[in-house]
Amino acid sequence: MTAALEIDQVSHNFGRVHALKDVSLIVPRGGFTALLGVNGAGKTTLFSLITRLYNNSSGSIRVAGYDLRRQPVQALARLGVVFQSRAMDADLTVRQNLAYHASLHGIGRAEARERIAAVLAQVGLTEKAGDRVSALSGGQSRRAEIARALIHRPDILLLDEATVGLDVKSRAEVLALTRRLIAENGVSALWATHIMDEIQPDDDLVILHRGEVLRHGSAAEIAGKLGLTQAFLTLTGVAA
Amino acid sequence: MSDRVFPPAAWITAFLGIARRETLRFVNQRGRFLAALVRPLVWLFIFAAGFRAVLGLSITPPYQTYVLYEVYVTPGLCAMIQLFNGMQSSLSMVYDRETGAMRTLLVSPFPRWFLLASKLVAGVVVSIIQVYTFLAIAWFWDVQPPVWGYLAVLPALILSGLMLGAMGLFLSSAIRQLENFAGVMNFVIFPMFFASSALYPLWRMRESSTLLHDICAVNPFTHAVELIRFALYGQVNWLSLAVVLGCLAGFFGAAVFMYDPAKGLWARKRGGA
Repeated sequence: MTAALEIDQVSHNFGRVHALKDVSLIVPRGGFTALLGVNGAGKTTLFSLITRLYNNSSGSIRVAGYDLRRQPVQALARLGVVFQSRAMDADLTVRQNLAYHASLHGIGRAEARERIAAVLAQVGLTEKAGDRVSALSGGQSRRAEIARALIHRPDILLLDEATVGLDVKSRAEVLALTRRLIAENGVSALWATHIMDEIQPDDDLVILHRGEVLRHGSAAEIAGKLGLTQAFLTLTGVAA
Repeated sequence: MSDRVFPPAAWITAFLGIARRETLRFVNQRGRFLAALVRPLVWLFIFAAGFRAVLGLSITPPYQTYVLYEVYVTPGLCAMIQLFNGMQSSLSMVYDRETGAMRTLLVSPFPRWFLLASKLVAGVVVSIIQVYTFLAIAWFWDVQPPVWGYLAVLPALILSGLMLGAMGLFLSSAIRQLENFAGVMNFVIFPMFFASSALYPLWRMRESSTLLHDICAVNPFTHAVELIRFALYGQVNWLSLAVVLGCLAGFFGAAVFMYDPAKGLWARKRGGA
């Protein structure tokens, strides 16, 4: 079976700045992979390449087996994305935003209505469907973003610092919700974060630093006897 | 979704979704509608009233007789509505890019040219509603072209709206920050509007300065105005039609290039959407 996401030897430069250098990683079907790195490690750049906001300088990206450069329609249709910054229209209601997103995937109105009801129930926002996004709390807004990302039934969810700016309780709720949705929907997830508390020992973990993958394996294996924080600091040399 | 390209119904769904969002945003921003309407009405009611005594107009095609200055200036004000609407769309694109909302649009599996074209067409529909509302009010101010002129002007409004909207799209791809938008007002909107035939016929310009006349003559906005002016009286200004079509193709092509993930500015700048 093909992987949900395959990134092979991807590099990207902004002028003379090497943002990513030969990044390779695989997210298996139905798996949760955490992408850990400090701010500026290249996580958002990598997400921008996977979502084809711009093309990578070299290497290849395959989503559910589809090459992003050669088969962008098939590849993008299988991606659900939760961006680091708000991507929903604050002046529209949750339902209107979801309907808009469904239309961007060619989903007709009748089917979109059913899917909107289903995903809102999954993320616990049925009551908020008619509220404007600007009226939602931070945690609710992130849950709405997750609902938006799920509406076209993607194979993989990309979540870029999805808990940034949330309080501890909301952060835990969003993370738990994501893990539950992965289990329920059989979707894979690439979870970018700089918060180590969000990573569990049995998670698949990729450590990205200065645009390079330093380690890829299970979180428990990478943490070893040092513990994840210490292992991360040692690997990246951030503490030095 | 199947592995084949989208069926026709899916393209229509996507277009209608984008159009619905633009309409909802417009309806939610009632102030925007009012501002878009008040601006040309102020020009019509105050500016034109003041200048009708100063600016004498000889018979100028498509008019077959002397006309009031208010009548002359109305097509220019229609184009002004579309110019500001195009810039408003451009501004909202830059804003969406800064806030991240544009990413939702750009990660859609539909091709970018189609997404941009849908957004463009949706914006033009909004601008045409504004123009007809303005023309309806202007009718009570003695600006009364032939009744069939209101229908004949529709294709001209569509084309001029598309051209000015495409220009806005292109500008939005080149503007990096919202703060830079003031520069667009100073260096694009005002020169385009004033250096055109919107407020005075070109022969009047030639009397003052040949150079200024030549600048006005090549200004695409002049041709948008003339296309509307002639269409309101059931005529086609072929030169203006050609210029508007050419500029539409040029601006839209440039916008698609700039938003291309492999080519335009986005490929070279950090942060992207």
